[in-house]
Amino acid sequence: MPEQPGRSAIDVRGVRKVFGTGESQVAALDTVSVSIRENEFFTLLGPSGCGKTTLLRLIAGFDFPSAGEILLHGQDIASLPPFKRPVNTVFQSYALFPHMTVAENIGFGLEMLGKPKAEIKARVAEMLKLVKMEALSGRRTSQISGGQQQRVALARALAPQPKVLLLDEPLSALDYKLRKEMQIELKRLQHETGITFIFVTHDQEEALTMSDRIAVMSSGKILQVGTPWDIYDKPAERFVADFIGESNFLTAAIADIGNGKARATLKSGATIEATVAEGFQPKDNATVVVRPEHAKLTSGKGDLSGTVENIVYFGTDTHIHVRLDSSEAFTVRQQNTRSAGCGFERGDKVGISIGNDAAQVLRD
Amino acid sequence: MASAEEVAKEAERRDIRDRWLLSAPALIIIFLAATGPLLIVVIYSFLTPGPYGGVVWKFSTDGWLSVLMQRDIFDDTLAFADAHLSIFWRSISLSFYTTVLTLFFGFPTAYFIATRPPKTREVWVFLVTIPFWTNLLIRTFAMQQVIRNEGLVNTALMALGIIKQPLQIMNTDAAILLGMIYIYLPLMVLPIYASMEKLDFRLVEAGYDLYAGRWQVLRRIIFPLIKPGVIAGSILVFIPSLGAYVIPRVLGGGKNMMLGNLIELQFGAGRNWPLGAAISITLMVLVMIALLFYVRNASGSEGAHG
Amino acid sequence: MAKRPFDIQAQPGFGFMALLTFFALYLPIAALVTYSFNTADSLSRWDGVSLRWFISAWHNSAVQDASVRSLVLAVSAAALSTIAATMAALATTRTRPYPGLTFKYAFINQPLMVPEIVTGVALLIVFSRIKVWTGYSGLGYLIAAHTAFCIPFAYLPIRARLDSMDLTLERAAADLYATPWKAFRFVTLPLLRPAIIAGFMLAFVISLDDVVITEFVKSGGQDTLPTYMLGQLRRETSPEINAIATVFLALSVVLVTAFYFVNRRKP
Repeated sequence: MPEQPGRSAIDVRGVRKVFGTGESQVAALDTVSVSIRENEFFTLLGPSGCGKTTLLRLIAGFDFPSAGEILLHGQDIASLPPFKRPVNTVFQSYALFPHMTVAENIGFGLEMLGKPKAEIKARVAEMLKLVKMEALSGRRTSQISGGQQQRVALARALAPQPKVLLLDEPLSALDYKLRKEMQIELKRLQHETGITFIFVTHDQEEALTMSDRIAVMSSGKILQVGTPWDIYDKPAERFVADFIGESNFLTAAIADIGNGKARATLKSGATIEATVAEGFQPKDNATVVVRPEHAKLTSGKGDLSGTVENIVYFGTDTHIHVRLDSSEAFTVRQQNTRSAGCGFERGDKVGISIGNDAAQVLRD
Repeated sequence: MASAEEVAKEAERRDIRDRWLLSAPALIIIFLAATGPLLIVVIYSFLTPGPYGGVVWKFSTDGWLSVLMQRDIFDDTLAFADAHLSIFWRSISLSFYTTVLTLFFGFPTAYFIATRPPKTREVWVFLVTIPFWTNLLIRTFAMQQVIRNEGLVNTALMALGIIKQPLQIMNTDAAILLGMIYIYLPLMVLPIYASMEKLDFRLVEAGYDLYAGRWQVLRRIIFPLIKPGVIAGSILVFIPSLGAYVIPRVLGGGKNMMLGNLIELQFGAGRNWPLGAAISITLMVLVMIALLFYVRNASGSEGAHG
Repeated sequence: MAKRPFDIQAQPGFGFMALLTFFALYLPIAALVTYSFNTADSLSRWDGVSLRWFISAWHNSAVQDASVRSLVLAVSAAALSTIAATMAALATTRTRPYPGLTFKYAFINQPLMVPEIVTGVALLIVFSRIKVWTGYSGLGYLIAAHTAFCIPFAYLPIRARLDSMDLTLERAAADLYATPWKAFRFVTLPLLRPAIIAGFMLAFVISLDDVVITEFVKSGGQDTLPTYMLGQLRRETSPEINAIATVFLALSVVLVTAFYFVNRRKP
């Protein structure tokens, strides 16, 4: 279904970004296109060096694309300098001005826009309230904690009421507990302000819990765009399945495609039903992905059989690593209960049954 | 509308142009009042001296010849100019001794400072910095107070009855050497200290753990690691020593000249500007050689650690 | 008695050598200052403590002229060189290498590489010509010469500060609608201020201390305090020179201390 132009906040069309010249040219972004809707919490997810920060910098205006267009509400902004774009950024290092107070930092954007003093004052007060920092407005930014700096950076970027807020791994410097708190806080702010958030992270858990939609990136390309549920349960490619959560990959022959389903014959000879993308052609050696929590270990016969190699206890669950008779590796995740251990021991001969709807055929 | 890439390229062109405009005042001032005149010195070294100083615009290599040679007035043969040779020798040897002796005193001093607790360390560094930023002429003058015939040393020695007659230190090479060591010592201590401060004493612990003694730790571990600082300090002492002018003039009297004084002489009483210009360029070349030596060694030692 | 524990950092004799060095660094200065309070007419006698020579120096019109000239020269040269050095530092930091960048570094630092005596005679050659051509023999030549050799010193702390500042804060300002000029005015300049002050003070001290180049560039009757003192040293010195030197020394100590605190304060 084509996107309706009026509804997207940011349209990235065929954007390339090349660094260096001649022989040493590197494409940081390789012809990327994506639409980000209004009022959406959109996440760019990928390992470091995948191009997610480059894309963010192009939208912010700190770099210019080598080719392609970047539209904000239908207007090409790709060649505008950052100070002419109604887009604000929360920097990874926060980039708070060390020679200004908290309030002066928050008011800076409005001041640069030439807003009247009274309006700036009111807006700064409003922002301080929004991020719960009223008590510290007169402090220097070096005199407040990392979490508080984070809130000031957010307030500063939100104060000029940007059309789009860009967040460049803003939580990476915080410790675990604070990060969890800020994740909820960010969701709340996005909901209350109704501003489109574009969030960059390499943390898949953060992406899954916070986003409306996620774009998974690798090597300068966007591999898949979808809701967290789409990305986790229907990974289109091996990289996506591998990067997000844990996955078992099995070689299978695919036949009888129809209605989004196919029959996949595994190396063990067992045949299971697997979800398949539209337009996939039957073939002999495709890859099927099964999440560890969607498989079940039995002491009897299953769809697969093998030997328990290792058992790793995680508190909430236990991972059982099995070497299949086909010599492929397979991991099963089993929820722990109070009463007993996992019921298996290293060296046990086991069967694995794969539930209906648990398998997904990957695009090549 | 121009494409984003064109805009970016234009912005980069403008950035480089702006950077040239911004640096223009500094470059122009330095060209007019430093680099440019140096080029004219080169031209002057190939001209003929004027009768009352200045030059006559006639090409001549006599200036360059006179740097090391002199023409016999009677039979027009060339011989080495002993006076000039001894001045070259004094400049180079005194600069060398100054470097070695400042290193001898400067190294333990830098080590001492670097091993103080951080708070007191700042005070010691500050104590080295003060003489460093004090007027060179005043420090030379202060040295004179110590070594002159009625000065501190002679007064003390005579009061103690060790000597009857004051020691003649002023107006000797020894006075110049003492003055140069005194004046350039901070230039040796500060760079060595800078290297030493970064020294990780866990490496020293590792050395002792592997059965090295104090001397071996110093020679095999500490010294190689702070070598860049030692080289930097040596060059910072050697180069200004070579070009010293005020110290030999004040402490060496009229006779014990160094290259700086020889140059001044040619522009003053000697009235041989082309010769003065030629000696100036020779001095500059000596300095450049020392700098090249430094650049090669500094980059070499960094490579060894990287 | 318990044996002293092994000290990892100790090296035999180093402490003694260091203390000896510090003693030697301050002994001549102490001698100089002490003699400045001497009442006697000559340095060879000690007649007790008085401020006689300070008062005498204060009323010496040659000293007054030279002091004023030194200050005017140092302030002008420091101001001009700091402005030029700040601009040059902005032009040579926080950029990818571009054609001419290395040339600029070398050129700006060139006055540091050449012995003062050589620069001195070079300027003598050129300026004496210009003096003849133009008939102008004012303080302009000294200001130009001092500005040139002060630029690399003023450049040093400013460039170091800029090198330690990445462009993130300027980007943040641009992101918050500051034009390049406003970003410079409200972000870069305030953050750079301590380094600019440090650069100015360095240049000031360097100009104030210069003897050699001034000696060759000055026209008749243009003595600065250092060249006046150098001239006096040729003669039989009276304790008046000690008094002048002591005041000069005190001024240097004050400046260095101030510089130290300006530089240490992290913004």
